[in-house]
Amino acid sequence: MVPPSYYLILSAILFVLGAAGVLIRRNALVVFMSVEMMLNAVNLTLITYSRFLENVDGQVFVLLVMAVAAAEVAVGLAIVVSLYRHKETTDVDEMDVLKW
Amino acid sequence: MEMVVFGILAAVAVAAAVGVIAQRSAVRSALFLLVNFCCLAGLYILLNAQFVAVVQVIVYAGAVVVLFLFVVMLLGMERAEEAPDPRRYQWIAAVLLGVLLLVGIVWALIPAGRETIQALAPTDNVREIGAALLTQFAIPFELASVVLLVAIIGAVVLAKKRLEG
Repeated sequence: MVPPSYYLILSAILFVLGAAGVLIRRNALVVFMSVEMMLNAVNLTLITYSRFLENVDGQVFVLLVMAVAAAEVAVGLAIVVSLYRHKETTDVDEMDVLKW
Repeated sequence: MEMVVFGILAAVAVAAAVGVIAQRSAVRSALFLLVNFCCLAGLYILLNAQFVAVVQVIVYAGAVVVLFLFVVMLLGMERAEEAPDPRRYQWIAAVLLGVLLLVGIVWALIPAGRETIQALAPTDNVREIGAALLTQFAIPFELASVVLLVAIIGAVVLAKKRLEG
């Protein structure tokens, strides 16, 4: 049996890689993919605790997170598409209209 | 045996995650993301969460990655390679902050220790989830459908072309 801490450390590594992707990459689509990786890392944590606490609630929560993530991807990609129509770019550095 | 499978899946998942953030081309990032999601589905099976593993493959590896690829192709990003970042310090800062965050999380996990857990009996996973979703969590389950409906309407409104006149 793999100890739970191994899963938790793996999930921490994946989360940190996702966070680094958000900070490093400037293509809005890849930033989005990194956000999805972070969500998945948290899902792994929830499933791990659900397994080792022998409680199915964590898995139900993961299913709801997946529904929200799917909704988030649909809306987020629609925003990227409509921004691309206006600016002809997906570079997040160019999207600074709300910045002052 | 279980340890070996875990090791392989974990190594491939981490390598794919590095691939996502290291690739210049958005299409390759999306394909590495697919590998990452599939490895996570394998880990869910190891954790006796078969239903979530199948949903992971259908929703993430199926729908989400395909949607990403659609948008990448639609915007013609597959030919555009990201130019190297003119500001190197941002990259260094991201790596430093990432290592710091990782150390912080692992530090928080140390009290949990690395004690080996006695093997837990596998449970009737799908039945348990179904029962929990439709009794204790019935209201969140129904609200998820509202969230998805709002997302569909929002996506259509945002992505549609402005009507003339």
